[in-house]
Amino acid sequence: MSTQTKSIVAVIDYGMGNLHSVAKALEHAADENTEIVVTSDPAVIDAADRVLLPGVGAIRDCIAEMKAQGLVPAIQKAMAEKPFMAICVGIQSLMAHSEENGGVDCLNHFDGNALFFGNNHKDVDGTKLKVPHMGWNQVTQTMNHPLWEGIESGARFYFVHSYYVVAGNKDEVAGTCNYGHDFCVALARDNVFAVQFHPEKSHKDGLQLYKNFIHWDGKP
Amino acid sequence: MGLAKRIIPCLDVDNGRVVKGVQFVDIRDAGDPVEVAKRYNEQGADEITFLDITASSDDRETTVHMVEAIAAEVFIPLTVGGGIRTCEDIRRMLNAGADKVGINTAAVFNPEFVREAAERFGSQCIVVAIDAKKVSAEGEPDKWEIFTHGGRKPTGLDAVEWAKKMVDLGAGEILLTSMDRDGTKNGFDLGVTRAISEAVHVPVIASGGVGNLQHLVEGVTEGKADAVLAASIFHFGEYSIQEAKETMQAAGIEMRL
Repeated sequence: MSTQTKSIVAVIDYGMGNLHSVAKALEHAADENTEIVVTSDPAVIDAADRVLLPGVGAIRDCIAEMKAQGLVPAIQKAMAEKPFMAICVGIQSLMAHSEENGGVDCLNHFDGNALFFGNNHKDVDGTKLKVPHMGWNQVTQTMNHPLWEGIESGARFYFVHSYYVVAGNKDEVAGTCNYGHDFCVALARDNVFAVQFHPEKSHKDGLQLYKNFIHWDGKP
Repeated sequence: MGLAKRIIPCLDVDNGRVVKGVQFVDIRDAGDPVEVAKRYNEQGADEITFLDITASSDDRETTVHMVEAIAAEVFIPLTVGGGIRTCEDIRRMLNAGADKVGINTAAVFNPEFVREAAERFGSQCIVVAIDAKKVSAEGEPDKWEIFTHGGRKPTGLDAVEWAKKMVDLGAGEILLTSMDRDGTKNGFDLGVTRAISEAVHVPVIASGGVGNLQHLVEGVTEGKADAVLAASIFHFGEYSIQEAKETMQAAGIEMRL
């Protein structure tokens, strides 16, 4: 048997396009003992030490592609047993349901739903707010978590989304943001951590979050 | 606490070098795009726009490699525009590491392309670039029209109506350039910026005419822009991104510092 093997982070590729920046950012945050593998192979996901579920585009296509490629059992197994992180549409895919595309049932790992901001979204003072929610917004940490280590509560992360998560269990909310109203942007339970923003586009704090994930043992 | 307004430095790239801008007769060399992008990233730019202004399509491969090189080192959003005409062009740029693509002339000649692109890649990565010029005379109600070919060819399309149509077709963001102001350093055309920003529900980036930091402030406070784009004021060290952000924050605008 080999003496020293590399720790593997599997980035799940389910055909929704560009994972270049996610993989590059993880590589940037990783040390020489970590290998980043972009894969659509359930066996590779199963063998990985950590798994990252990205998400791009519309929820219906995301869920359909996960199912079409037979990845759902591998995703569920990974969520049951190893450090697992989901980003952007990835967090929405872990909810029970999303109202995007006329309503789509999701993987139901977290209790709660993804709702539309609406095309007539307004701030509390009546100011019009653009949708998608696009740009850098402040994330308030609502839970102590190893993945927040070295990142200040209130740090800004890059968002681009029109649907937002409403958590069914408030104890699982790890971070919130305000855009017209407060909403959940990070969920955590056991070895699973999910965020609405894009760490790979969030400069130093985003890279820190990935670094924390690469070193996370999966304990809250 | 809330969403910050964005500052987006724009790299106009011709034959693999950052140049001062399309409208300038004496194109000044401002360096290697990868080095320039890294510098702006370090200075705290909120995004970077890479505009390929190479006249011939021969060098598209060079652009792909540059986008790859930038995306491997710069972990903020990157928009790539110039010469995007087909879904295949978009796919190549996204695979190279672009987060969004800017569609300009192709949208004018084939609006359905915007719908096709948004359906295939998602609205979040489709930026429609609009080049507008004021066509109303003094004393008449304001009216702006879409121009192509660097502001030389009128299209007869009303800029505000066009912007609404692009959003209906799936544009996730509008990059609005005033062709009257581009290269003048006299400030944004605040009228058209405000008219379009108030007419659509997606973010609007103001572009064209920035000569000083006060112009950036006005783009947001009077033009109601969600983001401001500038090129030459940053390229030659007149101002840093950080200075620009501090000035905007001091004017009461929420920024990421």
